[in-house]
Amino acid sequence: MLRRALQLGLGRGLLGRGLLGRGLGTHRGGSTLGKVEGSGGYRGSWVAPVSSYVTFRTRDPAHDGKTVGRLGEGDQNGKVSEIKKKIQSVLPGGAWNPPYDTSYLPPEHSDVVIVGGGVIGLSVAYWLKRLEKPRGAIRVLVVERDHTYSQASTALSVGGIRQQFSVPENIQLSLFSEYLAVVDDPPLDIQFNPSGYLLLASEKGAAVMESNVKVQRQEGAKVCLMSPEQLRNKFPWINTEGVALASYGMEYEGWFDPWCLLQGLRRKVQSMGVLFCHGEVTRFVSSSSHTETTSGEEVTLKRIHEVHVKIDRSLEYQPVECALVINAAGAWSGQIAELAGVGKGPPGTLQGTKLPVERRKRYVYLWHCPQGPGLETPFIVDASGAYFRREGLGNNYLGGCSPTEEEEPDPGNLEVDHDFFQDKVWPPLAQRVPAFETLKVRSAWAGYYDYNTFDQNGVVGPHPLVVNMYFATGFSGHGLQQAPAVGRAVAEMVLDGHFQTINLSPFHFSRFYLGEKVQEHNII
Amino acid sequence: MPVWNRGTRGIRGLSRAVALEGSQKKGRSLLQFLADRFYDVQALREYLLQKQVLKVHQKNRPFTYIKERFGPHAAGAYFILKQGGAVKFQGKEWIRSDAHGHFSLDFLKFQAVPVEAVDASGCAINYQGLDSLLALKELQSLWLQRCPHVDDWCLGRLHPLANSLQELSLAGCPRISERGLASLHHLRNLRRLDISDLPAVSNPGLTRILVEEMLPSCQVLGADWAQGLPSGPEEQSQDRASPIPA
Repeated sequence: MLRRALQLGLGRGLLGRGLLGRGLGTHRGGSTLGKVEGSGGYRGSWVAPVSSYVTFRTRDPAHDGKTVGRLGEGDQNGKVSEIKKKIQSVLPGGAWNPPYDTSYLPPEHSDVVIVGGGVIGLSVAYWLKRLEKPRGAIRVLVVERDHTYSQASTALSVGGIRQQFSVPENIQLSLFSEYLAVVDDPPLDIQFNPSGYLLLASEKGAAVMESNVKVQRQEGAKVCLMSPEQLRNKFPWINTEGVALASYGMEYEGWFDPWCLLQGLRRKVQSMGVLFCHGEVTRFVSSSSHTETTSGEEVTLKRIHEVHVKIDRSLEYQPVECALVINAAGAWSGQIAELAGVGKGPPGTLQGTKLPVERRKRYVYLWHCPQGPGLETPFIVDASGAYFRREGLGNNYLGGCSPTEEEEPDPGNLEVDHDFFQDKVWPPLAQRVPAFETLKVRSAWAGYYDYNTFDQNGVVGPHPLVVNMYFATGFSGHGLQQAPAVGRAVAEMVLDGHFQTINLSPFHFSRFYLGEKVQEHNII
Repeated sequence: MPVWNRGTRGIRGLSRAVALEGSQKKGRSLLQFLADRFYDVQALREYLLQKQVLKVHQKNRPFTYIKERFGPHAAGAYFILKQGGAVKFQGKEWIRSDAHGHFSLDFLKFQAVPVEAVDASGCAINYQGLDSLLALKELQSLWLQRCPHVDDWCLGRLHPLANSLQELSLAGCPRISERGLASLHHLRNLRRLDISDLPAVSNPGLTRILVEEMLPSCQVLGADWAQGLPSGPEEQSQDRASPIPA
């Protein structure tokens, strides 16, 4: 009889636990909002802790008759910590294996987290997987907010690749871009047009162009300088009025389809075992430590421990424990850097130096001109900054122009301003190529440059204070052609601690604090 | 997690539970064996592919010793003959390697005689191997028919031969498209160009017209300009008259 009463009492206790269990269950940050398949499984999962809760109650004869709820006595201490762990595990962020499908969540631990899945991020992932020893040593996670790449600079790019830069490191970077032709199995066709770049210079810019060509030739680029006379012989449809000198790149220059490269890289990188997550980075959890430099100054070093990845169209997030974070977020890298605490400090100090990468909107127009230049048209960049190239076989051309600092359009959206074509792009191009007097604009789009306001060159390498965040961003419109080389350099930095194939130390973050500009003059 | 584990165990149990006899059973267990070792099989396949790629790279290595000792023409000729092609020096006969890949090394004695024509049909020349060819400054005729590794990037490199090259044949190369053909405008002295049977070119008739416009003094052998145009009215009425095939 007494036993019967005890069992009944314990049964009520069971009910009490069950209710409490359900109450705790609904606190799981909003994931009941539809991602979970059937709340039956939910309730089922709650049986486990409850039943084990009850079982060791009945097995302990010393505590017969006591009501449930008494914890922390004698040999129950180990069991108590187990229960606490179980309760903690069902709160958001716990290490619990739920019975419903969680494949949309990123893993809980990852060695490297790459923020941004564009061509730079995928290139870093590719080289990390290719250079790692042994195979499968590193777990790499690529977090990309938009799997349609609707606003990614890679997909909206015009796709040019050239050797004609003015800084030796940039030229070397572009020379390495021949890796684009040998991306591994299956053979990737990026639709490369080896038609070359033709840069035109007026009287003012002729001397600068000559010195640039000298630097380029030293690095091995095949560039030839042409006078207006030679230009007319070669391309009779150009009006050489106002042109003093032209530099024509003969090899490894032209344009390709960036979408092909992006998809090819994605496929290759997935086959190598890189994990992808469709989500947004919302928070970095880091720890700081104070040390002294050799000159006795106090510095605060930060180390990122966790990356909170918020799943798309949901309130659910997953904290990913990581060893390294690579900021390859392109036009949005400034925001990611702010999340990590870069730039939070008094201005003028290293702590207060922000990442000077911001979004700038650029327009690209596609037009049709039936009498336009033929198959041999290179990628022409006029002295005024307007550029165009041939697109396909049907007399279509792609082109645009970079606006001056005063006329920078608002980067809040990707709307196209067609008046910009009428006022700023068409007149110089029509003057340069008289056939373009009659043309018809077929379509236009806008994309972002991850514009480095400091010196329009990329930022590559770790941050001096946030020790495990690496930058690979800020290429101001040239990231696509520099992606393979930058990916390799960052992978070498991560795996070996220093650059091996190309030395990209001039592009370190500290130059923003020290004020050493690596100015690139040939920016389109 | 009873649901998930039961699932996979169920599949394996199924394969063992089904009764198979004889060779079918052997075949099934071989496939099962391979499927259980999926990542090992993948690694083996990747290794074999890497070996193939390395083989092509090895064939296209630069012959620097021969170049320094005997000159660029001899080095280029050696390179072509090693690949299985044929070479013609100015004033001499065609030199070809035989079925076993052997050839006589007499041409090393021709000190400054330039190479006039190269027949590299079917050879595994790639982007790197073109270095040896581009050193032949007086090459007049270059045949690259059916070369499997010659692609658009290679065509962009041919401009050093612009002064001398008069005949170029690219027929049957699977990787060449109209984008590479656009870079042939550097070859001002080209008189004969064969671009027939290029499977990667999207619009062969139109491409031929555009290349003809680009190289006005060159005779272009390619697809017929009418290829790819829709059929005329006579053909259409014929179809309507006899709907049932004979």
